[in-house]
Amino acid sequence: MSTPIEPIRTVHGRGVVVRGDDIDTDRIIPARYLRCVTFDDLGDALFWDVRHDDDGRPTGHPLDDERFAGASVLISGRNFGCGSSREHAPQSIRRAGFDAVIAQSFGEIFFGNSTTLGLVCIELGPDDLEEIARAVEREPAVAIEIDVEAELVRVGDRSLRGSIAASARRALTSGRYDPLAELLEGDAAIAGVAERLPYVGQR
Amino acid sequence: MTSPRTLLDKVWDAHAVRELDNGQTQLFIGTHLIHEVTSPQAFGMLRDLGLEVRMPERTFATVDHIVPTDQREEPFADALADEMIKALHANCARHGITYFDLPSGLQGIVHMVGPEQGITQPGTTIACGDSHTSTHGAFGAVAFGIGTSQVRDVLATQTLAMTKPKVRRIEVNGRLGPGVYAKDVILHIIRTLGVNGGIGYAYEYAGDVLARMSMEERMTVCNMSIEGGARCGYVNPDATTVDYLEGRPYAPKGAAWHEATERWLACASDAGCTYDDVVVIDADDIAPTVTWGINPGQAIAIHETIPHPDRVPPGERASVVEALTHMKLEGGAPIRGTKIDVAFLGSCTNARLSDFIEVARVIAGHRVAPGVKAIAVPGSTLVKEECERRGIDAVLVAAGFEWRAAGCSMCLAMNPDKLVGDQLCASSSNRNFKGRQGSATGRTVLMSPAMVAAAAVTGTIADAREVFGTREGVTA
Repeated sequence: MSTPIEPIRTVHGRGVVVRGDDIDTDRIIPARYLRCVTFDDLGDALFWDVRHDDDGRPTGHPLDDERFAGASVLISGRNFGCGSSREHAPQSIRRAGFDAVIAQSFGEIFFGNSTTLGLVCIELGPDDLEEIARAVEREPAVAIEIDVEAELVRVGDRSLRGSIAASARRALTSGRYDPLAELLEGDAAIAGVAERLPYVGQR
Repeated sequence: MTSPRTLLDKVWDAHAVRELDNGQTQLFIGTHLIHEVTSPQAFGMLRDLGLEVRMPERTFATVDHIVPTDQREEPFADALADEMIKALHANCARHGITYFDLPSGLQGIVHMVGPEQGITQPGTTIACGDSHTSTHGAFGAVAFGIGTSQVRDVLATQTLAMTKPKVRRIEVNGRLGPGVYAKDVILHIIRTLGVNGGIGYAYEYAGDVLARMSMEERMTVCNMSIEGGARCGYVNPDATTVDYLEGRPYAPKGAAWHEATERWLACASDAGCTYDDVVVIDADDIAPTVTWGINPGQAIAIHETIPHPDRVPPGERASVVEALTHMKLEGGAPIRGTKIDVAFLGSCTNARLSDFIEVARVIAGHRVAPGVKAIAVPGSTLVKEECERRGIDAVLVAAGFEWRAAGCSMCLAMNPDKLVGDQLCASSSNRNFKGRQGSATGRTVLMSPAMVAAAAVTGTIADAREVFGTREGVTA
């Protein structure tokens, strides 16, 4: 197998806040950007329709605010990434330079897709989330550190207790967040299950 | 004697290959469905890794998301669409995957084709790179949407790394009133439990109402599980399930049929099994339901007023304001009477034969209001042909609908069917997200097909029971 991957134990960076609950994957990347056969050019399409008006002019979205240029931690609200299963959404976030998303909760398919790409998704309670959002909006250069194993978000001198599903935490910190290699190792057991299932191979 | 188990427990245990290092299950995927939008990158990853498709006979393909519903001859006018469809064709040909393409006459939305062909069966695991894969749960399958890297995983290994969900049983008891449909049931459930209420759960839909529903109605309910946050939703298989599958091309035949039906019925949740949560809903509380906002949980009964930002809990205020601003609607006002621009009948939620039968029944003798663009897009080529055999297309065309060929169409507007500017669309689809129907400022109001028909003929959001009378329809 190619694609050897490094453990992800911590994420360091600066933040940008995209406010709102239930930000769906259609908003993260509109469907017309799914018209492609590779993920290579998706970074620019991130949040396109909320970043531009009907005439293509910038709307002053936080992602286009130069104070937040170079941010690698995206901060949002509840149920981030709900909706469509399109991996294009975390792919575009990744390709736009982000290493982590902090939110109150995540859409389940988005969360899994993100973990597989090594995009860390950590949940914070609403009050802590608001605190970090305000800290970043007040001082864009404030350093954010996410400790994956300890499930902590450190911002300035504050340390906030977050939550990452245990399976994702183990996958990220072991470097096996892309499961394909491990799935391939199960080859004999896969054949056993296929053999046992009456409907498989039946026509 | 084992303790009582849910359908989810039984199917999970039968398909569990082993436990992975991170504690997830390596789960065998019995049936893998693919389409043109989320598979080409996965085939590209396989190629880069030098891997083959492990069980090509367990993957089935069709073309739905991007395919035009007017022009059906290749090459398509949209060069990117043409490239994606050609890529699917080439990938299927190279790997020996069955492809229900346009010339086969069996093409359609992937969640229509599986059931129609009898590929979707109880007690199986089904995955597809589309979040509405939950539709197949109507048959008592454990079916869920996956990302493209996971499409790669299934192609390469026929397995996925998955976390076993909890199970919430949602019982809908009583009898739906006339003019209340399966779509209203699921919109009501999502409104009640929230768009994130199902995260981490599989939804088991049960109760009298589900027991009486046809398979097509059950598919409508299961289809929108993901809109409630539940990646998978299912109905326990019963005689209705078995009857639907009998004689379908991929259903077992002869002695194998009898063996299969016994196995299917036995995979239903056992009496007395324990659920992580149980919710009971009274059918009397469900009215024709429409959305007013920008997620499917922002829904009200047709006779209710739109929520006012000052009268919702403080934590919801910002979301309500954002939704009202986008929708250009006023808090506290009735939704009924809101002017529409477009009526869309289609999508994997509501583009089955029974949906078009019901619309034709109510709309016969009526005309689409002046200035309203109305399009009807059957979910599959087989549904299209059956509608045409029955003269349903003629009824819809006489009423002023455009009659199209099968595809996802204006549900997500990846093909040429799109809203323009801030047009408001009465839609039988599943998502009212900002920009969903192809225009960033476009507005979507979700509802049942009969309610779309009522909106089309009045030019406003309307109560179909008042527009067409309340004769008993095909509803459960």
